[in-house]
Amino acid sequence: MTRANIDVERLREHFRTMARIRAFEEAAEAGQKSGEIRGAVHLSVGQEAVASGICANLRRSDYLVSTHRGHGHTIAKGADVTAMMAELLGKAGGTCQGKGGSMHIADFSIGMLGANGVVGAGIPIAAGAAHAVKLRGGSEIVACFFGDGAVNRGPFLEGLNWARIYDLPILFICEDNGFAATTRTRSLTGGPGPAARAEALGIPARIVDGNAVEEVDAAAAERVTRIREGGGPQFILAQTYRLKGHTAHDPATYRPAAEVEEKQRRDPIELCRETLLLRGVPAAALAADEAAARVEIAAAVAAARAQPWGDESLAWRDVQDMGAPA
Amino acid sequence: MTLMSYLEAGKRALAEEMRRDPAVWALGEDLGRGGVFGQYKGLAEEFGPQRICDTPISEACIMGAAVGAALVGTRPVVEMRFSDFALCAIDELVNQAAKARYMFGGQGRVPLVVREPVGMWRSSAAQHSQSLEAWYAHIPGLVVVTPSTPADNYGLLKAAIRCDDPVVYMEHKDLWPLEGEVEADGEALPLGKARILRQGGDLTIVAWSGVLRTVRQAAEALAGTGVAAEVIDLRTLYPWDRETVLASAARTRRLLVVHEAVAIGGFGGEIAATAAEELGVRVKRLGAPRLPVAYAPPLEAQCRVSEAQIVAAARTLL
Repeated sequence: MTRANIDVERLREHFRTMARIRAFEEAAEAGQKSGEIRGAVHLSVGQEAVASGICANLRRSDYLVSTHRGHGHTIAKGADVTAMMAELLGKAGGTCQGKGGSMHIADFSIGMLGANGVVGAGIPIAAGAAHAVKLRGGSEIVACFFGDGAVNRGPFLEGLNWARIYDLPILFICEDNGFAATTRTRSLTGGPGPAARAEALGIPARIVDGNAVEEVDAAAAERVTRIREGGGPQFILAQTYRLKGHTAHDPATYRPAAEVEEKQRRDPIELCRETLLLRGVPAAALAADEAAARVEIAAAVAAARAQPWGDESLAWRDVQDMGAPA
Repeated sequence: MTLMSYLEAGKRALAEEMRRDPAVWALGEDLGRGGVFGQYKGLAEEFGPQRICDTPISEACIMGAAVGAALVGTRPVVEMRFSDFALCAIDELVNQAAKARYMFGGQGRVPLVVREPVGMWRSSAAQHSQSLEAWYAHIPGLVVVTPSTPADNYGLLKAAIRCDDPVVYMEHKDLWPLEGEVEADGEALPLGKARILRQGGDLTIVAWSGVLRTVRQAAEALAGTGVAAEVIDLRTLYPWDRETVLASAARTRRLLVVHEAVAIGGFGGEIAATAAEELGVRVKRLGAPRLPVAYAPPLEAQCRVSEAQIVAAARTLL
């Protein structure tokens, strides 16, 4: 699928999803800078096309396993942004009752089995979810996101091998934003990289421009179809760029300004806008989409802010049944 | 009642639970051929390779996959082969299994059992002999079970499989051939309940797992000299049966805790401290010196708590 033949309405939907993710991330960044949002917040600004392009091919019943940089995936899978923002603010109405925060955001009602504070830790969990689907003869698939930094952890090798030997319905998405925390991943990664590693384990891999949402969408559509037809695990390496720092507090001074400027010209939302303009969608309509996204997120922030903190007893709940703390 | 070994009892419990609940499955290295100790022998034939799942030597993924599979509604029984190898899967157990329910605000449960064979056995040396139960008892979210008899291995494994929490289930390798009466098609035993093995009014000795055999011998020796020791098998380390232990210690006013694990930082300290805080009774702990376990028998023996040590420790409390 090329830019010329993607369905314009589908692309417009991507534009809206990406605009919503961007607005959410900007609000999260502002909240972190004001101190209202605590802990560590990892923004996916610049990586929205990966989340939108992949998740557009998932069903509500499909599972998703995410990373510490997981807001975009969660929104694209269909989570309620007010509940998400409430989670970031630590409110009882948050997706996790304010007990997880940004790094542990999860929404089981849409199959989102959790972000993870440990790099690469989601890969075996995703493999296990897919294993369970296969055991019970289910039709769901699992989408497993991880970053380029994760490919140097053991669970990457173990999880991909596992998915291959048991022939599991799982789509691995390596979201390569160029940085493992604050260091360039390339300088720390031996060999030709993540896709070659997947291929070496017998998992077909495809490399896509992770900033071109229509490319991500097309690759995901093809891979997801293969998985649903029983083709086993598939791998997508989506090459993108993290426009912000590792955390919202990281100014990312370890990279030249010129590089960031150049990458900003490849902002996935701007690339998508260009294509839509070429396809005849009026600029004002796209601006209206973005304004609507900002309004929606501002309302989510206001609603989440108005929510109460959880009762202190929440801290004592859901630890375990046997020997529950008293 | 049927006479069977500790190993057979565990196998029987798993088989019965697998027949009872199709969501139960087991995964681990070499399970298709019966497991490293034979504790899964015959199960692949009955339940097939999907439910008795042979895995690669990938401890992190075995445990992590079990977490994912548990979160979406199955009940995995994880075999770690030797508890020492479970250290390759600590993130998956401690950061994932033990935390998922809590940090996701109760949206999911992780009803898995991790079978971790523990303890000194046939000169297995430093990486195949450890008893690290205290580590797991320290982690909120985990249940820790240490059966010491065939009947307990049967009833407690059933209970662990039915439990909705992640359970670290530590069988002692030296107990595999131990025989005892087990009620076939029997009930699950309650987790968190200790058992009084021997009644006595002079002191309370609390122990668990393999070292209980030595504790029983020591109690016999003490009885021969007119000292009546009450011996308690704790059976579950978390949640531990405070009620039974404290009631006994309140009566005897003397408490000795004995474990195979290293004494420093061991779970015996928790029990002794609780009894001292709650009752003001005299307490003593016995465990291994803070040494890795050596290979040669006379060197390995340095880590074993002996009958003589238990008797001597008991005497210092009288």
